Amino acid sequence: MEQIIDQYESQKRKLNATMRNRLTAYAFILPNFLGFVAFVLVPVLASFVLCFTEWDTSNPIQFKGLGNFLQLLKDDAFITSFWNTVYYTGAVVPLTMAVSLGLAVMLDKKLKGAKVFRSIFFIPYIASLVAISVVWNMIFSPEAGPVNSFLRSIGLSEPPLWTSSVHWAMPVIIFVGIWRFVGYYMVLYLAGLQGIPRELYEAAEVDGATAWQQFRKITLPMLTPTTFFVVIMLVINSFKVFDQIMVMTQGGPGRATHVLVFYIYYRAFQVFEFGYASAIAFVLFLVVLTITIIQFRMEEKWVKYM
Amino acid sequence: MKKSEVLRSLKINFANKALLYIILLTGVYIVLFPFAWMLSGSIKANADVFEYPIRWIPKAILWRNYIEIWTSIKFGLFYFNTIKITVVIVILQLTTSSLAAYAFARIKFPERNKLFIAYIGTIAVPYQVYMLPQFIIIKKLGLYDTHTGYILLQAFTAFGVFLMRQFYMSIPEELSESARIDGLNEFGIYRRIILPLSKPALASLGIFTTVMIWNDFLGPLIYFTSEKNKTIQLGITLFMNSYGTDFALIMAAAVCSMLPILIVFFSAQKFFIEGIATTGLKG
Repeated sequence: MEQIIDQYESQKRKLNATMRNRLTAYAFILPNFLGFVAFVLVPVLASFVLCFTEWDTSNPIQFKGLGNFLQLLKDDAFITSFWNTVYYTGAVVPLTMAVSLGLAVMLDKKLKGAKVFRSIFFIPYIASLVAISVVWNMIFSPEAGPVNSFLRSIGLSEPPLWTSSVHWAMPVIIFVGIWRFVGYYMVLYLAGLQGIPRELYEAAEVDGATAWQQFRKITLPMLTPTTFFVVIMLVINSFKVFDQIMVMTQGGPGRATHVLVFYIYYRAFQVFEFGYASAIAFVLFLVVLTITIIQFRMEEKWVKYM
Repeated sequence: MKKSEVLRSLKINFANKALLYIILLTGVYIVLFPFAWMLSGSIKANADVFEYPIRWIPKAILWRNYIEIWTSIKFGLFYFNTIKITVVIVILQLTTSSLAAYAFARIKFPERNKLFIAYIGTIAVPYQVYMLPQFIIIKKLGLYDTHTGYILLQAFTAFGVFLMRQFYMSIPEELSESARIDGLNEFGIYRRIILPLSKPALASLGIFTTVMIWNDFLGPLIYFTSEKNKTIQLGITLFMNSYGTDFALIMAAAVCSMLPILIVFFSAQKFFIEGIATTGLKG
């Protein structure tokens, strides 16, 4: 009998402790949680409902089922912005990766001024994209910008019209995108490089491996985890490109730089079709989700640890 | 090794180093070109901005451009708005997310994992996806085109909680244990032990948030329609639209919009770069 009472008492104590912990924990979490639920969690969940509706926010909401998505398939503007986003991503991801990895490898050597170089390459990432896009626009100005002045001075009489040209607008946007993000990914790669044991290189040197062989056989395989992370981040960020386009080309000329987020923005805040805009946003989400899943699957297969 | 061989390897080494520096300096040129061109243009006469070959130091230095931008447009107001919004968001972000993160990292309670997954799950959803329902909520609350609305949206991110939690996890549990034996309650442990240890993480989060909010364009573009509410990033585009051909003035405005963030970065770059290197990889 006494045993049972003891057991009961200890269980009660345990429950009390759990209850107390729970209350304390909730007190800590609550201030953030309330805001998080109201302004992040609920909107995230609502976005999965909104894409099946038609709503201008003032008239009553109407359910459309898959209507928005069927309409998307026939919407030229959507298809163009989708492929433009793919174009941007397809160029930005490999180029940014290559340049940032190259810079990181160079700066990882014991080099005088490595820290100064690191800081300089990082500046574009923190500088306001709006202001710098304005400046890039002037630099690429077809008539008077320094880029075309230079091209004319070396004998190119008809240099590209850059952001006013259907063919060159996107490459300029891509260039600015790479210019901006290289420093960020360089820092990620530098962190990855620091995790590679120096002994590996020393051993390779003893065996007479050249610098290129060391890069191919040690650096690259050892960096695979970093590279996977970099690719995910780059693809996701590229699919979200907006600021430089809004400032530099406003999606033009024609639809040459229409991208997904630009089209979401346009449909929601210019035309007030929130349901339809949500459907476009949902496509963006699906792309991001698919890429993340693929990357994680591949990571299990490919990532080479020692 | 023979003397000639040593000499040859030294020469190769030197050539390698030189090549390395040439590549890096080319990179520096491309990275800094727009900044330098902007700085130099901002103190030029408007007609000289596009002068080619570029005259980096102008014939006559026109500081006047910098005075003019503050008088020709409500630049001061935009500046004030941006500072106000940034400061309030950073304070809210740091206090609420460090508190929440403490519970997720250091207190055992039954719903801990479920709640944390709710937070983490939203990190994977791009802002552009949920900004639409967010907009509707803010509008229905009557907070459209107010600073309060925007502040509420930006202050409670999953990222902040996640970053702080990762840091708290790395603090040894024994510290809390011995404090508990000394009779401190959870809030006391948080306040007296954990918080003082997490200055680097708080600094990282604070700087991240500052840069993000200061540079945010899409958010203010959606939410601030009346001029009295606009931030510096909108101010620049406004400036561009109304003084489209005053290139020197636009450049001066661009310099002013970036300066505070560059100062913040250079005075605290350690936290910033290390913050990315550690949390970025764990993310």
